[in-house]
Amino acid sequence: MEKKGLNKVDLIFEKIEPKEVLIKAFKMTSAEIIQNILESGLKGRGGAGFPTGLKWKYTAAEKSSEKYIICNADEGEPGTFKDREILDRVSNKVHGGMAIAGKAIGAKNGIVYLRGEYRYLLPKLMIELESFHKMIKEIGYEFNIEYRMGSGAYICGEESALFESIEGKRGEPRNKPPYPTVSGLFEKPTSINNVETLVTAMMILQHGAKNFIQYGTKDSRGSKVFSVSGDTPTPGIFELELGMTVQQFVNEFGDGDTKAVQVGGASGFCVPRKKFAETIIGFEGVPTGGSMKLFNSSRSMYNVLHNYLEFFTEESCGQCTPCRVGCQQLLLGVEKVKKGEAKSTYLTELVKLADTMKIAAKCGLGQSVGNAFKSIVGNFREEIIY
Amino acid sequence: MYQVGNLVKELSDKHGRLRESLMPILQEIVQKHNYLTDEAMVEVARELDISAAEVYGTASFYTFLDTQVKGKYVIRVCKTITCSMKGKSDIIQTLEEMLKIKVGETTADKQFSLIETNCIGWCHKAPAILINEMPYTELTPEKVSEIIKDYMQK
Repeated sequence: MEKKGLNKVDLIFEKIEPKEVLIKAFKMTSAEIIQNILESGLKGRGGAGFPTGLKWKYTAAEKSSEKYIICNADEGEPGTFKDREILDRVSNKVHGGMAIAGKAIGAKNGIVYLRGEYRYLLPKLMIELESFHKMIKEIGYEFNIEYRMGSGAYICGEESALFESIEGKRGEPRNKPPYPTVSGLFEKPTSINNVETLVTAMMILQHGAKNFIQYGTKDSRGSKVFSVSGDTPTPGIFELELGMTVQQFVNEFGDGDTKAVQVGGASGFCVPRKKFAETIIGFEGVPTGGSMKLFNSSRSMYNVLHNYLEFFTEESCGQCTPCRVGCQQLLLGVEKVKKGEAKSTYLTELVKLADTMKIAAKCGLGQSVGNAFKSIVGNFREEIIY
Repeated sequence: MYQVGNLVKELSDKHGRLRESLMPILQEIVQKHNYLTDEAMVEVARELDISAAEVYGTASFYTFLDTQVKGKYVIRVCKTITCSMKGKSDIIQTLEEMLKIKVGETTADKQFSLIETNCIGWCHKAPAILINEMPYTELTPEKVSEIIKDYMQK
């Protein structure tokens, strides 16, 4: 784990053969592995940021002859493309991370749920999986991974919707509790982790939790992979130490005219220029699964908001009313205000609706529509009205 | 319209006849025939011994499991924010002119369908499209017309 320049890190894509670290991990007890991950402070890299060590601890504590490790590769958040890159470049580390997680919670089976949009990767992944299975067998360990494909539904990135999808049903989120650690896939205890989380966990065992916590801040340990797009001269995938401010990020990636950064995709937060310096990218500020979109002053924030609301209206599973009707009404509402069919004060009503959705929607999709809505309307009100 | 023949039976032998076999079976039918006919869905229901409504209900939830006629090559143009900012409309216009169809339509010879889709994960190389499962990125009108010409020769 070598520091490159100010804050660039090479952990996820570092070329290593997982064999050595797997041999080491398989000699450890479940409790030892979990203790390492807890000490590292690793939080889920998909966006929600649940502590990985706790998730494994809870799943390990369940008594069941069958448990599952799911690798969530249903990367659908607008502006996120790092999981595809990780699977493309270092799938053996993803598979390795799953085997370690399996050892930690006591699961012999893992499933990678890969979004349909990435199916072109499958033939290559199958070859790499075969050699992984061979290697695991050589070191005398039993762990089996299979791939299941999504079919174009953003909501299936939500953990319980993903289980429903693997079970052959509509991808509609379940009520919680029970949480997946107790009752997940096929109602068995399940640990579902993001692609990057699994790789990071393996690298923590490789380098040690003590090394890992040298990076980042108290609330956001280590480094993570960012997907950078929009108005930037250098779009792409970058692994950066956590804890930087939006200003530092913009200094590195902006085009000199950045007026806003959308952190965390359509379900994340819009940070305007005046708040760049005070906003930390991480769990103490604005969290992100990696999606970083830059907008310069030539962009209409109305168009950005409209695009996101269209996205949510289409991707809402339609199961619960607050989300299904809420998304539609937010979209219609901003259109009306823009056209002058509703007064600008109507925006205040729409903000209330977004707040209601946060409380009343069944899953993370409906609950987070208000993040983008409120931060864009709040910071760029005049662009929405005029 | 295509005839499913023995396909559903073969796929059920391959993936099993459990409820969790449903998605892989439907996905493979779509890979082969681009969309699901009523006949195919009824046949899958029979093999898996579940109601046809369950099969349709599941299929219709997923945008990639089309239940409407689709061409041999399904072109999905990403319309989410970055692609939209980086020239998606020009790509659509080029495709509509070349294929002489509008978004949402299929060519008369059933070779191409043109649809818009949500983020496909290529924002850093926008604008991007999928043709069946293959991504094409950093497109310009010139580049996309070359690509479509190649597909027309196939």
